[in-house]
Amino acid sequence: MAFLSFILRFLPRAVTQGIPLLYGCTGEILTEKSGNLNLGIPGIMYVGGISGIIGGFFYETYAAEMNPVLTILIPFVCSLLGSGLMALIYSFLTITLRANQNVAGLALTIFGEGVGNFFGGSLVKLVNNGSAEIKLNKTNVAFRQVLPFAKDWGWFGELFLNYGFLAYLAILVAVAVALVLKRTKTGLNLRAVGENPATADAAGINVTRYKYVATCVGGMIAGLGGLYYVMDYQMGTWANDGALGARGWLAIALVIFALWKPHVGIIGSVLFGGLYILYNYVGVARNIEPLFNMLPYVVTIVVLIITSIRKKRENQPPASLGLAYFREER
Amino acid sequence: MMKTEKKVQEPIFHVVKKDGVVLWRAWLIRAAAIVLALLVCALLILVMTDQTPVEVFESIFEGAIGVRGVNVMALFQSAAMLLCISLAVTPAFKMKFWNIGAEGQVLMGGLAAAACMICLRGVVPNGVLILLIFVTGVLAGMLWGVIPALFKAQWGTNETLFTLMMNYAAMQIVSFFVVKWENPKNSGKIGIINQRGEFKQAGWLPELFDVDYLLNILIVLAVMILAWVYLKYSKQGFEITVVGESENTARYVGINVKKVIIRTMAISGAICGLAGVLLVAGTHHTIAANTAGGNGFTAVMVSWLAKFNPFVMAGVSFFIAFLEKGAGGLATNTGLNASFADIIIGILLFFIIGCEFFLNYRIVVNKQRFSGRLKQKGGE
Repeated sequence: MAFLSFILRFLPRAVTQGIPLLYGCTGEILTEKSGNLNLGIPGIMYVGGISGIIGGFFYETYAAEMNPVLTILIPFVCSLLGSGLMALIYSFLTITLRANQNVAGLALTIFGEGVGNFFGGSLVKLVNNGSAEIKLNKTNVAFRQVLPFAKDWGWFGELFLNYGFLAYLAILVAVAVALVLKRTKTGLNLRAVGENPATADAAGINVTRYKYVATCVGGMIAGLGGLYYVMDYQMGTWANDGALGARGWLAIALVIFALWKPHVGIIGSVLFGGLYILYNYVGVARNIEPLFNMLPYVVTIVVLIITSIRKKRENQPPASLGLAYFREER
Repeated sequence: MMKTEKKVQEPIFHVVKKDGVVLWRAWLIRAAAIVLALLVCALLILVMTDQTPVEVFESIFEGAIGVRGVNVMALFQSAAMLLCISLAVTPAFKMKFWNIGAEGQVLMGGLAAAACMICLRGVVPNGVLILLIFVTGVLAGMLWGVIPALFKAQWGTNETLFTLMMNYAAMQIVSFFVVKWENPKNSGKIGIINQRGEFKQAGWLPELFDVDYLLNILIVLAVMILAWVYLKYSKQGFEITVVGESENTARYVGINVKKVIIRTMAISGAICGLAGVLLVAGTHHTIAANTAGGNGFTAVMVSWLAKFNPFVMAGVSFFIAFLEKGAGGLATNTGLNASFADIIIGILLFFIIGCEFFLNYRIVVNKQRFSGRLKQKGGE
């Protein structure tokens, strides 16, 4: 029974930790399948989070009466818009202007982190409405609303039903992306673009459009990870502690761990989330804590090495990952 | 039944690769991009703050060099650190090895320096201690850089992702030692190492001519010149260029590609390690997980924007350090958050990255089609 109670305490926390990673991972997989290595994911997650906060902040501050649907919808749409805009900047630079993807991605991360921390720290000051800090009391409750009967279902409810709706959406999105990539013509075309854009182009696939759509949708999905983090995990507050950035990089690590398969990412995200908080549960001394935090990265490196040694073709990164496509260059 | 043929139209314009661009035109385009970016930033600043443009200008200068220039050496120091890391990543980039693990390599170098300062104080004379700090720091950075290179050379493991992960491994290792050596206890940080007492300033780099950070800056300038000579005039530098242009060509002319990859990353990591030593022993005299401060990532962009030219890198580093400190000053004066600097730098980078397109490509307008469309419109 001790084991079961440990699972009941540990697993829900691991899932909560894992959801932002899952969003980031799914978004980045979609992006990378089009051949774009978007290292701006941490920045996009920052912007996704802060856009949601800004939307919720204005609604909560200025609305006389809060409509429950709008309470969710406004931050949600703001988050999508913010992260979509970020992904659009990246897409324009790398696809249309054919800029180096690593450089553009890192610039996006610097910019996004700046935007997030700037508004996180100065929003209250800019609006000047007298409140001391950002605290979205009502919005975060709406986002954290769990099913009313979750309590009545015992351990099952505690384990599977006790999350806000964004957590379930994360899994739905991951499954949907996996299905689209694997089972639809659109997915096949997208994978062709990522593997060999010249061939895809010759086959009549609009490479530019596929890259744009995949990168922007991928960015929006990743941005939701930021939204979940601030609304659910941080309970509607903002902390300038760089935690969101660390999660962004971890999401990129998870892409490798999941071997570019979103459905593997679901399991992987819980595993990474678990590794991230494991030290809380195994009773290690405080001084060994960082070594536990290192585990997700080390595991990722090991997976990266093993896949490169085994060279199994279905487990490799998309072949044209990181390269710009220019039709007249053969 | 006749199949209607789909009408294919020629596009109005298409993009053509340029053969090359004259140097002065290239710089003109870049300058135009920077001016545009600064205009956008200015607009942003005016919207965000209620200061006059003159006040904004003063705040930025004051933030960058301090009141009447008291912080000017700190500005040079920041620029020098950024330059040092940029120089470090350059040989790897020239080889098309995307070393974005500079952050981690710097930290490991710094950690080795801190370890020497803490564990060897009083054990060996100060001169030997400083020598050991340099040797171990450089070796630690080198080790952190060589690990991904070995796997890249042997199995083609993706180096971008590998080096990226190594950053976070390094950060956690540093956090581990921070807890181990923390001072005072339970403060969660190390504090200034050897600040007072018996081992006062043991392992600190000496201050030349009573000028802050002068030694750091001189060392970085020396590295800059060495890097320039190495990349431009040495046989190894040439090998790096060949491997970067085409691995097949390199193999064909008898270059041992694996050896070049490992050797180049050893150099890259070693210079990063040196930067870590300068940061810990020469600047902060302490270490934390954020000692590298994101410079490892910014350096990637500095190196790439400067087109791998060490002297241009010095200018770019100075410019970025100036903006960073200046925007910080502006933020303090207006009571805004210091992250404002990141936004400005981000905007600037977007413009500079974007303008590269106009150096490498040109847009050709299909005149026939264009005038045809005009006629069509006139006829309607």
